Amino acid sequence: MKIVVCIKQVPDTKGGVKFNPDGTLDRAAMLAIMNPDDKAGLEAALRIKEETGAEVTVLTMGLPKADDVLREAMAMGADKAILVTDRVLGGADTWATSSTIAGALRNIDYDLVITGRQAIDGDTAQVGPQIAEHLALPVISYAADIKIEGENVIVKRQYEDRYHMLKTKMPCLITALSELNTPRYMSPGGIFDAYDKEVTVWGRADLKDLDDANIGLAGSPTKIAKASDKVRKGAGEKVNLDAAESVNYIMSKLTEKHVI
Amino acid sequence: MDFSLDKKHEMARSLFKEFAETEVKPLAQETDETEAFPAETVAKMAKYGFMGIPVPKEYGGQGCDPLTYVMCVEELSKVCGTTGVIVSAHTSLCIDPIMTYGTEEQKKKYVIPLAKGEKLGAFGLTEPGAGTDAQGCQTKAVLDGDEWVLNGSKCFITNGKVGDVYIIIAITSVTEDKRGRKKKNFSAFIVEKGTPGFSFGTKEKKMGIRGSSTYELIFEDCRIPKDALLGPEGKGFPIAMHTLDGGRIGIAAQALGIAEGALERTIEYTKERKQFGRAIAAQQNTQFKLADMAARIDAAKFLVYRAAMAKATQKVYSIEAAKAKLFAAETAMAVTTECVQLFGGYGYIREYDVERMMRDAKITEIYEGTSEVQRMVISGALLR
Repeated sequence: MKIVVCIKQVPDTKGGVKFNPDGTLDRAAMLAIMNPDDKAGLEAALRIKEETGAEVTVLTMGLPKADDVLREAMAMGADKAILVTDRVLGGADTWATSSTIAGALRNIDYDLVITGRQAIDGDTAQVGPQIAEHLALPVISYAADIKIEGENVIVKRQYEDRYHMLKTKMPCLITALSELNTPRYMSPGGIFDAYDKEVTVWGRADLKDLDDANIGLAGSPTKIAKASDKVRKGAGEKVNLDAAESVNYIMSKLTEKHVI
Repeated sequence: MDFSLDKKHEMARSLFKEFAETEVKPLAQETDETEAFPAETVAKMAKYGFMGIPVPKEYGGQGCDPLTYVMCVEELSKVCGTTGVIVSAHTSLCIDPIMTYGTEEQKKKYVIPLAKGEKLGAFGLTEPGAGTDAQGCQTKAVLDGDEWVLNGSKCFITNGKVGDVYIIIAITSVTEDKRGRKKKNFSAFIVEKGTPGFSFGTKEKKMGIRGSSTYELIFEDCRIPKDALLGPEGKGFPIAMHTLDGGRIGIAAQALGIAEGALERTIEYTKERKQFGRAIAAQQNTQFKLADMAARIDAAKFLVYRAAMAKATQKVYSIEAAKAKLFAAETAMAVTTECVQLFGGYGYIREYDVERMMRDAKITEIYEGTSEVQRMVISGALLR
């Protein structure tokens, strides 16, 4: 069995957010971590590996420094790593990203693709299902539990107030919730091995059946009008009124600001 | 000369730091307060390979280098000195001599489970009447047929009662030189827990590293197989000294970590603590003290890392290890004392980590060779 886990290097929000002049994130200037949902997806894949002996490949698209997150994944136990990196792929929105990742996946033999539900930088939850759409794969999103049963996967799909138990035949794509599990730590020996291994690097030319109109900033339908860091709110207004008057005052303010 | 870490060592540090912050730090106060050995933490460390970092993979280890091991002890000790010394004594004092002097059979039998963390290791040299003067040891081993018979006791043994495998130094013969002076000849042995005649004395109640299991080991007609001898007969003293050279690098890393941990907490505290209407970090007295501590810690770090690199590349590293241990231990004591001072009254209260760290720091100036012993080793080489 072969599993590909799509992971993303995301800014560590603890380190502060920085933007490029065009409004996209300045990823090179920020501290970076493996996206938490993706890490849970990787852990799920590694547990399947322990049970079934599956081969786990991690795939990411990003700057050359995204190599770090692939090494981390290998230090946790992934067998192979692929970095898709090219200047022409930069500034991609979810459409261009999923098109690109699908272009990479067309080169790979797999039974199961796992992605995180969403990345903490974009929070769209679109890339996983879009990849599935490009590759004509069934998709099960929001996985809270994954079980392999022969040629099938059984997934507990989490909703706000209930869950669904879904069974589908592989190949398929699953998007993982960070609640799925507690990812393991790397091991010291795993880290040393990860740096002895090769990371496969693919550029634009290595991607299969991919239209130039669907890549990079130019191929992204999403146009960012403006982006800014969180603006600190002022101290606000303090009033001393009794309960009934307070309610009336707050209601009038909310009406004034068209909140209600 | 490059003073920066490469990527794999950086990543290893981030692993140890994350593990220490998440798994060890929340238990550090309780471990100190209850004097309970942190068995669950040790099990977790075993799971992730922390109990055999510098050991080759074919012997169950991680195949990393002494520097990686040192960074592990350092990061653990930043949050809990007890956890740091458990790893240090196990790795440096038990696994290392078996790896260095053991037969292939001994390595397979003992190092593999030790490096995997399935078993815990300890080392016994010190006796009630023999500390710095190791020649004062009384524990004897006499060959009787196919067995050695051990008699005597060892004290202040780290990982004492929780250990499974012990390296024990004992007298195996006494010879006379030309002038008729008697000389004790020592040998090293591997002794397993549960061997009849091997028992534990009292648990020591300590000032610091209180979760560390420190016990007296008692041998009463304890019979161990002939092949439990580690290295050549009569070479126990050089084996012990060489083992302690490695151990000192581990303790130096523990001391370094304690100093760094105390400084980190003190920097946070001085930014929050207000006196005379402003944070005490705004006072030049505080700033200068923090600067002095940071510079001294960096100097200690370079000595400790150099000693780790020397262990990786040189056969003999006694001087590097002695300098690292001396300077890092005295740095830990000086820095933690200063940190408690900057915390004022709160620094004297158990609720604050620096109080524990100051108590933990003291032992680093004493065990595995006191600061005075390190000075003897260093000056001995200078005046040779």
